[in-house]
Amino acid sequence: MVAEGESMKSDTSTVARPVASAYNFSMPSIDTSAAAAIKTSSLKAQARDLNFFYGGTVQALKHINLDLAERRVTALIGPSGCGKSTFLRCFNRMHDLYPNNRYEGEILIHPDNVNILGRGVDPIEVRMRISMVFQKPNPFPKSIYENVAYGLRVRGVKGRGRLDDKVEEALRGAALWEEVKDRLQDLAFNLSGGQQQRLCIARALATDPEILLFDEPTSALDPIATASIEELIHELNKKVTILIVTHNMQQAARVSNYTAFMHLGELVEFGDTNIIFTNPSKKQTEDYITGRYG
Amino acid sequence: MEAANVQEIRALISRHKLMDQAFTLIGILAMFVAMITLVALFVDLVIDGAPRLNLDFFTSFNSVRNPSKAGILAAWVGTTLVMLVTAFTGVVLGVAAGIYLEEYAPRNWVTDLIEINVTNLAGVPSIVYGLLGLGLFVYGLNLKNSVLTAGLTLALLILPIVIVATREAIRAVPSAIREAAYAVGATKWQCVSQHVVPYSTAGIMTGVIIGMARAIGETAPLIVIGAVAFIAYLPPVPFTGEPPAGLFDWLFAQFTVLPIQMFNWVAESRSAYHVTAAAAGVVIIVMTLAMNAVAIVIRYRYRKRIKW
Repeated sequence: MVAEGESMKSDTSTVARPVASAYNFSMPSIDTSAAAAIKTSSLKAQARDLNFFYGGTVQALKHINLDLAERRVTALIGPSGCGKSTFLRCFNRMHDLYPNNRYEGEILIHPDNVNILGRGVDPIEVRMRISMVFQKPNPFPKSIYENVAYGLRVRGVKGRGRLDDKVEEALRGAALWEEVKDRLQDLAFNLSGGQQQRLCIARALATDPEILLFDEPTSALDPIATASIEELIHELNKKVTILIVTHNMQQAARVSNYTAFMHLGELVEFGDTNIIFTNPSKKQTEDYITGRYG
Repeated sequence: MEAANVQEIRALISRHKLMDQAFTLIGILAMFVAMITLVALFVDLVIDGAPRLNLDFFTSFNSVRNPSKAGILAAWVGTTLVMLVTAFTGVVLGVAAGIYLEEYAPRNWVTDLIEINVTNLAGVPSIVYGLLGLGLFVYGLNLKNSVLTAGLTLALLILPIVIVATREAIRAVPSAIREAAYAVGATKWQCVSQHVVPYSTAGIMTGVIIGMARAIGETAPLIVIGAVAFIAYLPPVPFTGEPPAGLFDWLFAQFTVLPIQMFNWVAESRSAYHVTAAAAGVVIIVMTLAMNAVAIVIRYRYRKRIKW
C-alpha cells in the first residue's frame, strides 16, 4: 500500500478567489517574518532537509524543511500526490511498515532534540510519543472501551481504575463521552462514521501524545461530522501540537495556525495561515488556493 | 424516438433475454445432476447400511466370522485419536507458518519460492504423503505404525491447506487495522496476536476444518504407513491397565480408521459385509458433514461480528 491514497478529487473548485476575509480567523498574533515563521522558543518539531524514497527509488519528498510550533495546528495542503500524506507519515515512521522505504535527513523533536528518523531510534518509541488519526475511521472490531484503552494496554497500564479514568478522559477529550458513556462495552462498529472517527481521536489521545497527526480526518465524513471534528481539533490545540493533512482548503483556513503548501514532493511555501491564504508570496501557492489547479 | 425503432429495440431485448432463459435452464440442470448424484449416493448408502446402524455397531469390534456382529469401535476411536493428533499438529504448524509467511517473512525470492512450494504441496497426491510418512516417521524416527505416525502424516497432508487458509484469512484483515495498532505503539507480535489473528480466527478455523474433513476420509497414506486392517483392542486409556499406561501411550498404539475398515469390508467376498461397509460409509459422511457444518457456523458467527 502506498500512502498517497488520495483518490478523491481535490475540491478546490469551491474556493473561488483569494479567500481570506471570507474565513473567520481566531488566532494568536505570531511573528510571521518570512525567514522564521515561528519563534524558536516554541518549537515542537523540525524537519530538516527531509527526503523520502518509496521502495528505495521513487523520491516522494524533496528537501523538506518545516517547523512545527508547539501547541499550534499546522496544516499541509497541496494537490493529490504532492507528498503531504507521505510527509505526515514520516512523523510516526509508518513507512517502516513497508519494505525498502528510505528516509534521508532528519525530523527533530523538542525539547529533547531527538532525531526520530535516526538509526538508533525505535519506530515504536516514536509512535508512543506521536499519535495518528487516519483518513478513514479505523476502530478495532472490539468494544468502545477496549479501543480507547488499547494504547494504554500496549504501554502496560494495568488496573481497572486507572484505565477507566484514562478512557473517560480521552473520550471527553474527543467530545464523545456523553454519547457513549452508557454503552462502553458496545462494539465500536455500531457507532456512526463521525463517532468512529472521534473514537479514533480518543484512542490517539488516551496516551497523552506530544504530537497528534491527522491524515485527512474528515474526508470520509458528512458535513456535520466534519464540523464536529474541526471544532475538536480547535479545542485540542490548546493541549497538543497538531499536524493535519487536508484536501479541503476552507478546512485548513478554519483550523490551522500555520499552513504549508506542498507540490510535487517539495514544500513550496510555509507560513502563518492568514498570510498564506490572503497574501501568498509564491505564484504557485496563489494559483492553488484560488482554484486554478489541483 | 420513432415507433418502428422502439419495435426493433424490443425485439432485440427479447432475443437477448432468450439467452438468459436458456442459461437458467442449463444451470438448473447442471445443479440437479450434481445434487441428485450426491443425494442418491447417500440415500443408497443409508438404505444399504440401515440394518447395521444401531448402538452395537459403534460399541463392537470387527468380527471376521460374523458380519452381523462386526462393528466400528476400533475404527471410530482410531479415527478420532488420529484426528486429534492431526488437528493439534496441523493447526500449530500451519497457523504459525501462515502467520510467519504473511506477516514476518521478508519479501524476496526465497519467500516466493516457499510460497510456490506450499501452494503446490496442496496438490501432491495423498499416497505420496504416505510414502513420506513411511520413510520419515515409521523408519526414520522409528515411530512404527502408530496413531502418532498416522496423525503426523495426515498433518503434513493438511498443512498446505491450513497454511493457505491462514494466509488468506490474515490477508483479509485490512491494512488500516494493522496501521491503527502500530500507530499506538504496538510491536509486531502485539499487532499479530491481539488483532490480526483474533480477527481472522473464523477464516483460519474454516481452513482447518476443511483440511480435517479431507484428512478424515484419507485411506491411501494410512495403508502405506501400515494401518492394521483387523484390530480387536483399543489404544490404552491413560493411567489404566496393568501396569498403568502413561499419559501418551495411546499415541504409540496400533490403530485402524473408518475408511480403511470400510475398504476392507468392501473387499470382502461375503456380501453380508457390504452392508457393514455401507453403514461405515454413512458414519464417515455424517462425520465429514458435521465438521463442515461446524465450519459454516463458526464463519457465520464471526461474520456477524466483524464487517470491514
